[in-house]
Amino acid sequence: MPDIQALVSDLASKLRKRRVQGSYETARLTAELLCAVILQHKEPTTNGAASLIEAVRRVGEQLIAANPVELAVGNIVRHVLHIIREEDLSPLTDIVGELKLSAEDDVEDIAEDENSQKSSATTDGCLLKPPLLLAVFEHLPDSATACQTFSSENIFAGKGKKLKSELIKAVNELIEDINTCREGIAEQAMELIHQNEVILTLGHSKFVKEFLCAAKEKKRSFEVFIADGAPKFEGHILAKELDKKGLKAIVITDSAVFAMISRVNMVIVGVHAVMANGGVIAPAGLHVLALAAKKHDVPFVVVASTHELCSLYPHNLEVLLNEMRCPSELLNFEEFSDCIDYGIASSSSLLHVVNPAFDYVPPELISLFVTDIGGYSPSYIYRLIADYYSSEDLPPQQKPAS
Amino acid sequence: MGAQKKRAAAAAAAARVSEDPDDLARQPLQAILLADSFTTKFRPITLERPKVLLPLVNVPMINYTLAWLEAAGVAEVFVFCCAHSKQVIDYLENSEWFSQPNFTVKTIESHNIISAGDALRLIYEQNVIHGDFVLISGDTVSNMSLTQALQEHKERKKKDNNAVMTMIIKKSKPSPITRQSRLGTDELFMAIDPNTKQLLYYEDKADHSKGTICLDKMLLAENPSISLHNDKQDCYIDICSPEVLSLFTDNFDYQHLRRHFVKGLLLDDIMGYKIFTHEIHSSYAARIDNYRSYDIVSKDIIQRWTYPYVPDVKFCGNRATKLERRGMYRALEIEQSRSAQVGSFTVIGYGTKIGSNSKISDSVIGEGCTIGSNVLIEGSYIWDNVIIEDGCELRHVIVCDGVIMKAGAVLKPGVVLSFKVVIGERFVVPAYSKVSLLQQPTVHDSDEELEYADNSSGTVEFSCTADQSNGEMTSESSEAHKPKLGTGGVGYIWSICEGGQEEEWRHSVAPIPEDKLTELSEAMDDDQELVTQDRTALSTSGELISDSNASEGDDNEDSKDDSVYFEKEVEATFLRAVEENVKVDHVILEVNSLRLSYNMTSADCAGAVFYSMMKLAIKTPHSSAIGLLTLYPSPFSMVASNAYPIYLSGELQQNTANIITTWQKLLKSYLLEIDEEIEIILKFEEMCLESAKEFSPLFARILHILYDKDILQEDAILRWADEKEGADESDKVFVRQSEKFIQWLREASEEED
Repeated sequence: MPDIQALVSDLASKLRKRRVQGSYETARLTAELLCAVILQHKEPTTNGAASLIEAVRRVGEQLIAANPVELAVGNIVRHVLHIIREEDLSPLTDIVGELKLSAEDDVEDIAEDENSQKSSATTDGCLLKPPLLLAVFEHLPDSATACQTFSSENIFAGKGKKLKSELIKAVNELIEDINTCREGIAEQAMELIHQNEVILTLGHSKFVKEFLCAAKEKKRSFEVFIADGAPKFEGHILAKELDKKGLKAIVITDSAVFAMISRVNMVIVGVHAVMANGGVIAPAGLHVLALAAKKHDVPFVVVASTHELCSLYPHNLEVLLNEMRCPSELLNFEEFSDCIDYGIASSSSLLHVVNPAFDYVPPELISLFVTDIGGYSPSYIYRLIADYYSSEDLPPQQKPAS
Repeated sequence: MGAQKKRAAAAAAAARVSEDPDDLARQPLQAILLADSFTTKFRPITLERPKVLLPLVNVPMINYTLAWLEAAGVAEVFVFCCAHSKQVIDYLENSEWFSQPNFTVKTIESHNIISAGDALRLIYEQNVIHGDFVLISGDTVSNMSLTQALQEHKERKKKDNNAVMTMIIKKSKPSPITRQSRLGTDELFMAIDPNTKQLLYYEDKADHSKGTICLDKMLLAENPSISLHNDKQDCYIDICSPEVLSLFTDNFDYQHLRRHFVKGLLLDDIMGYKIFTHEIHSSYAARIDNYRSYDIVSKDIIQRWTYPYVPDVKFCGNRATKLERRGMYRALEIEQSRSAQVGSFTVIGYGTKIGSNSKISDSVIGEGCTIGSNVLIEGSYIWDNVIIEDGCELRHVIVCDGVIMKAGAVLKPGVVLSFKVVIGERFVVPAYSKVSLLQQPTVHDSDEELEYADNSSGTVEFSCTADQSNGEMTSESSEAHKPKLGTGGVGYIWSICEGGQEEEWRHSVAPIPEDKLTELSEAMDDDQELVTQDRTALSTSGELISDSNASEGDDNEDSKDDSVYFEKEVEATFLRAVEENVKVDHVILEVNSLRLSYNMTSADCAGAVFYSMMKLAIKTPHSSAIGLLTLYPSPFSMVASNAYPIYLSGELQQNTANIITTWQKLLKSYLLEIDEEIEIILKFEEMCLESAKEFSPLFARILHILYDKDILQEDAILRWADEKEGADESDKVFVRQSEKFIQWLREASEEED
């Protein structure tokens, strides 16, 4: 068994050095790491859940500090914390429900029953059950805290072990979810893309690609405009991939979106993160596209998975959550080295290059979110977030980012 | 027996081949990091702390190199420490580099190594390098990806066992101004085969003023195509095969990586080793070689060209720093007064306090500094725990750890304050000065970090300027004992030695002043037409033709050039001897060595020595002590001697007599035969006609003096007279002048008979 701390610092250093990028990848790695943390966590005899929460939070803080821009890390950490709280409460509620009538053995039986129940529920591919439970408690904060104090004094010696196995199962489901979220999103393609439509997208998003391909596989025929922008020119990659799938694609520059938008039926884009107010953080250039779509009343659809749901609000966004990337993506250093010259007394270098990675698109410009658990409008995002994360986890997690 | 052996060898080869792909995959990439630059360019700072630990935007330099090596997929790094090895090792042990998974850092320590060549020889002896390795020095900042270069190197190596090294190069602007202002380096010429990317020629010491570079004819004959670049920059990152180490061991005189090793390999075609280049395009790579490149690379980092090695990314356990608008980086827990103005592209370290109305722009401030109010900091590098009191002004300076600047002190551009210096109240430190708590060591016993002797500096320069500055320096350091840094100041201002004052601007952190810039651009305009000549007469070394007066001397034949140079050298030697009262024996020795190196006869020596003596006689004003001398840089300026005050002939004669008396022993040592004596007379005659007309009325008298002093024998004078018998009238001027004397000699000899 590798040392947990080594694993944590390994992922943290990867995040720090920007060697792991993209919300999907970071989410998956974080979830796997947290799974290992839970697995190796040494259970104290009492108050297992609280110490586990503490351990996960500590790891989470390290990872978030490593690269605050990758919001998916925080999302997963908070989600796992939420799962722990849920799991901690759920056997208890059962017990409260049964009014402690049964002995220890019976409790185990009950828990096992519940396991089977749950696994059957999750095979249906939805995680809706725990959120619902939480919703119950959120309306009853007093009872929730009461339950917690009760749990801390709990007398079930076997509970810790069971809690852990429950948790492992739940986190594994989460990992499974992350791995399959693309299919979940792609399933809804048929409902949104219609025959002979013209779709516009920007850059390269794996979700969008899967989404389009899913529609194509179901024999829908449509056309895709790919707005391709400097500095990354990721649209080239998408164009190639769509060509392989036999989809008709037209590449335009991202500065030409206003010219082309009148011919477009729908805009579909992928994003970096979905904020709590329903706005999104997305690759630079998306705001222009969103404005163009708004101007011409073209539906602006964002495909996002649940791990991109972020419980933060975009306050002072430009400074806090943007990543300034390398200027050499924009300018060839060699060509401009005489302009970027600090060694000459008369002119302190006048030429500077700023290369922000992200844009913020406000919720007013977004028509629909397509997630792996269904379609939502921007105004509903805060509800999803309440379902996915516990309110207790929000303040301490927000601290490193503010 | 033979067959058996062959079979065994074949089997072994087969085994190796079968292992090979496996090996390639398994063999972890190694790197040698030289944590010592073997130069003295960062003195006085490097007397107290090794260069690799100097903070570059608040992170010790070596971290940039190590972080890059780790990212580039290197598995094992050998850090070679020499100067201050203890500090380097202590630092690495306490850093996170020793505890990385999949990345091991090992240190190799040695104290008596004076060059990169020695270091590599030592590493070879330790037998730790097993495969290809990256050779880099600990002051290199890069974010390039090694994958492609490494793959190219391996493929080449497989095809051609002699491809031992791949050098990483980068395009840069060909203009020498940009090169100077960006990295403070000289122009670099490279000849590269455009198809194979093989490096054929490398010259980094090219002096632009000379305007020519010289390629070996064979280079053009052997290669179907060749492209000559002056727009490439050497990144000082090399991918080497293990053979490189053994090459260093075989050639124990290789010291410098470029000057000896690369040039040596390029010239030596016996072994046929080849060096290839790999050009990088959008990635960044630069080496910090001097204060100017320190400044430039720092600014590139702040401008994020080195992404992801930028202050707000914690790539090596540096403190959390946040990037704010307009390129401002701020660490946590900074106390800043409301009225303080912190401008753009500034980095402020953890726990620094900034007082009211202070202005800071384009600067890097370290951790835990205290900056008073009304302080002006512009384009400067302030390291950790510096205290700057109210009203100080700092422009384009480097201030090391623990410095205290009392109120109102001013640092002019280019100043470097080493560790813990205290600058007194209202003291103004002059531009380009270096201040340290340690005294400046004398030039010859630099023990910590040796700059390998630079061969290109000529003897002339050595003999005149170096010694003059030596004299100055001893006086400086004796004065330095009293505090010169204002009231309460602690430290010594170092006198500027290497290169002299006028070279300081090249390598300092201060921007290049306007006038130097125009000078540079004029120099560039002058030799716009850069002639690449193919001179067969010269050696194959491919070195520059060393004639400083290319315009005039171009069509002269080489031997003529040589004798002119020889004469100049002898004159310089002689003048120095006079000035410093060197013993005659020593002068003889020096002149002899010059004679050997220029392949001259002793007649030439005699002529040259006599010439210098006569010159001295002209230049010595009156009969006063010898000492106030002006040195002519070239014989051409002798034309100006017409403008000299006309000496009273008696005085000149007296001078000449004095000098001849003093130095007759020197002259005599070259007068082995009568031919040399005649040579002297001829030389004198020539001088009287051309360069020193003052002597012409005195010809006969001086001839007499020479005869009196036993320098010239009567035979010589008579033979000279005989030889001149048949010459033109114009040639006979001096014979006629000394007719009486000759007559007298003839009679005397007849009497003897």
